[in-house]
Amino acid sequence: MPMPGEMARFAAQARAAILDGAAVPDGLGARDPGQVARRFAVYRNNVTVGLVDALATRFPVVHRLVGDAFFQGAARVFLARSPPRSPVMTFYGDAFPDFLGGFPPAAALPWLADVARLEAARTHAYHAADAGPLSPADLAAVAERDPERWGLALHPALRVVASAHPIVAIWAMNQPGATPGPLASRDAETALVARPGLDVRVVPAEPGEAEFLAACGRGASFADAVEAALATAAAFDPARALARILAHGLCAGVTLPETETEEPS
Amino acid sequence: MPTLPRDAGIGFKALHYEAILEERPAFGFLEVHAENYMGAGGPAHARLARLRADYALSVHGVGLSIGGPDPLDEAHLARVKAVCDRYEPESFSEHLAWSSHEGAYLDDLLPLPYTDETLRIVCDHVDRVQERLGRRMLLENPSTYLAFAASTFEETAFLAEIARRTGCGLLLDVNNVFVSATNHGTTPRGYIDAFPLHAVGEIHLGGHAQEEIDGAPFLIDAHGTPVADPVWALFEHVIARTGPLPTLVEWDNDVPDFPVLYAEAARARSVLRRHAPREEAAHAHAG
Repeated sequence: MPMPGEMARFAAQARAAILDGAAVPDGLGARDPGQVARRFAVYRNNVTVGLVDALATRFPVVHRLVGDAFFQGAARVFLARSPPRSPVMTFYGDAFPDFLGGFPPAAALPWLADVARLEAARTHAYHAADAGPLSPADLAAVAERDPERWGLALHPALRVVASAHPIVAIWAMNQPGATPGPLASRDAETALVARPGLDVRVVPAEPGEAEFLAACGRGASFADAVEAALATAAAFDPARALARILAHGLCAGVTLPETETEEPS
Repeated sequence: MPTLPRDAGIGFKALHYEAILEERPAFGFLEVHAENYMGAGGPAHARLARLRADYALSVHGVGLSIGGPDPLDEAHLARVKAVCDRYEPESFSEHLAWSSHEGAYLDDLLPLPYTDETLRIVCDHVDRVQERLGRRMLLENPSTYLAFAASTFEETAFLAEIARRTGCGLLLDVNNVFVSATNHGTTPRGYIDAFPLHAVGEIHLGGHAQEEIDGAPFLIDAHGTPVADPVWALFEHVIARTGPLPTLVEWDNDVPDFPVLYAEAARARSVLRRHAPREEAAHAHAG
């Protein structure tokens, strides 16, 4: 009879054999004992190929930018270091952008990690909670109120990815059907990732917008959020920002202080 | 609690959503992997909620690592429960396999020896899942490529004992039976004859890939091809003994256009109808 803990010992050996290339675990048999290593290799291959494919599916633009051979190599180094911690494979690879940022062979592509961050953000936006985007009627309802007294709630799908590189342009020219070409500008871009209905969209932020949205996310009033945006971008235009928030579904609704929501209007 | 209809079902793939919605094809149920519905919202949930209104649903987990030595991942079990609460499926099933150890998830269905120790582990885990979900679950027989010197139970006896101790049902994957038997040089009909068929609540059919090691066939449970003819024959052998059971056709890789998958489900349905009790067969014919 096996000693207690034999399953844990086998699992530890199998894990090391699959992820780290350690020796095949003891105690395995096959019709022909000479086949054990080749049969075990099926599991190792399933896991490795499955995880690399999961990353390639989640990071298609990174895959296209670096090519398959480079991507395979980078993904295999990453998965040995950072195997999934959860069975929810949808979000496997949240740490891949940081890994790419510190991966010496990718040092010549300084924008790569930020493009990966944009792709990771898209997955989160895709699976985020549903919420009715802010509507013109929501805004009309607070139009007469003091802008110190109401604020905007961010849409749960909204993700903001700041970069020192033109990541939205790089991402867009590497979409299926698009043709990569010279960049029109090397200027920094911050990506706004949104999902007003069921379709994820990526738009470059205009000056001050990221700061405006960050302030809204902290619960600031509309007036305070405008002030925060103006502090970094003097040209920030609140009316234009509201129009873009409506157009791209960046916010979910209007928030009022609790004492006011109960007042008859 | 309602149960799955004793009819053919289809493993749902997002790329078939439009076809299913437009054609409203007549099959008994849909099956989805629980782990693909663990986000908060978005298109995946929108599609499933829409289809769930028209079809019975089986939720099939791949990540609970029921055969693993670690304590059950309670956070993951809570996510599974959230999916079950959201969709109230007619069935929940998982695998006699493991995939997680010490915090790493290996994203495959890995084998375990069949011993007193693992019997206790699996039964504890199945008990916990059934308690947490408040429902009876089905446990699926694995496809395996290796055997364990330490095993003291045949797989069929091991599954029978799990079902007896925990009250769980079993999911009989007929392709897995054929794959394992071929790989281990045993007979698939012998496995079926030893299997506790009374506990089976669902059948799985899927395609396998054939390779060779040292000139002998070696099968991999790849779900990327049609169901093989000997697997259809083995399925008929099962159904002749059990009568019709909910029968899923799975096709997870190189997924074909919907009509190809639907034809596989229609073939499964024709086998089920051939073995239906006379009254049901007459009813199905009239319908």
